Amino acid sequence: MDELFDQFDIWSAFGQTIYLAFFSALGALILGTVLAVMRVGPVGIFNRAGAAYVNLVRNTPLTLIVTFCLLALHYQLKINLAPATSSTSIVDNGVRWAIVGLIVYHAAFVCEALRSGINTVPPGQAEAARSIGLGFGQSLRYVVLPQAFRGAIAPLASVLIALIKNTTVAYAIGVAETAAFMRDALEFRPDLSLMIFLLVAGFFVLLTMPLGILLTNLSQRMAVKR
Amino acid sequence: MAQPLVVLQDVNKHFGDLHVLKSIDLSVDKGEVVIVIGPSGSGKSTMCRTINRLETIESGTITIDGKPLPEEGKDLAQLRADVGMVFQSFNLFAHKTILDNVTLGPIKVRKKSKSQAEKDAMALLERVGVQEQAHKYPAQLSGGQQQRVAIARSLAMEPKVMLFDEPTSALDPEMINEVLDVMVGLAKDGMTMIVITHEMGFARKAANRVVFMDDGQIVEQATPQEFFTNPRSARAKDFLAKILTH
Repeated sequence: MDELFDQFDIWSAFGQTIYLAFFSALGALILGTVLAVMRVGPVGIFNRAGAAYVNLVRNTPLTLIVTFCLLALHYQLKINLAPATSSTSIVDNGVRWAIVGLIVYHAAFVCEALRSGINTVPPGQAEAARSIGLGFGQSLRYVVLPQAFRGAIAPLASVLIALIKNTTVAYAIGVAETAAFMRDALEFRPDLSLMIFLLVAGFFVLLTMPLGILLTNLSQRMAVKR
Repeated sequence: MAQPLVVLQDVNKHFGDLHVLKSIDLSVDKGEVVIVIGPSGSGKSTMCRTINRLETIESGTITIDGKPLPEEGKDLAQLRADVGMVFQSFNLFAHKTILDNVTLGPIKVRKKSKSQAEKDAMALLERVGVQEQAHKYPAQLSGGQQQRVAIARSLAMEPKVMLFDEPTSALDPEMINEVLDVMVGLAKDGMTMIVITHEMGFARKAANRVVFMDDGQIVEQATPQEFFTNPRSARAKDFLAKILTH
């Protein structure tokens, strides 16, 4: 074990994974909420756009989306997410495009989790909100979404756990995260492969299991009593 | 005479093939208390819900205080603020305290300050007799208490007219009177009310007029005294016979 830590920069790989997961989760939550609002809103064109987005993205492999981001958007269309002149341009672009890909993909799942949360809110709640003169946006913001988020904590937890593990796909575009460490380590220290697998598995379990327990707990405590 | 507060003219609505509102004409004066009764499926609830456009209509006009009902957007929200609505299933905001339920509209729609809204809300909660529950959540209250809070929530908007959609139908018998007492009080204070209910006691005590609906139409309108003792239409006689025999 010590040999591995001496030979490879495991901590920075773990750190990169957490970095990817944190910003992707944040972005996916925001974009997913926007999509969910579009899908439940009264404007037909937004409904259809939201549905089209979810159906397209949800049914596309994540590896395709992430590699598309870097290879098509960055290399071919020359869209830079980091100044091209900076010395860390290549690494930064890789990480940022990976985050974009992860956000785009998981936002579709966040949207569907939230919609299932919105379905836990009885229609009478929105009717009561409208009947005291709240507009569509206000009804969503003050009455429907706060209850929908609580009802969506459990499905959102599943999305979050999937997202954390899916950060390993960033390895496909050369981001130095945990899966990249695993590949290097397996290549150079095949004698320790069992240890390497266990270490990586342990890292992810350590990251996701407490989160799962915490969120399940939270979903029970925050549940709206009816 | 002043112009009526709520006017429905030749209002029609379908649910699919079902013609639920058939050329409804109704006008309600300021300060008037109108009871709507009729068998289930007669369209009374739908009619009530068209008045604040929770249900849209296909033809005809609805005016409130002389102004036609806006289609959508800000104007509609503004109108709804002026039309209080009390639901059969209370529909208190489940994630908010009783006090927050009552202050939400005044703060977000009427732009009252929080302290003023809370002061007014407490006065209203006292008026309906649930001031002690102000910091609890809806699920912790009895049905009767929840419905009284719902009335306070509507009153907080200082509405011109209040709609009650079977306000006591979901309540245990012992809680019905506490809600009806509040409603009788409102009627005495001159609130314009349209109430869907089968509570004959309330109708006798507080109503100016009874509107009997059947099969999507207004069949008969009369004073409570006249309607309950001497209904003219056969359908009203039949309906009253069914609900009064027990």
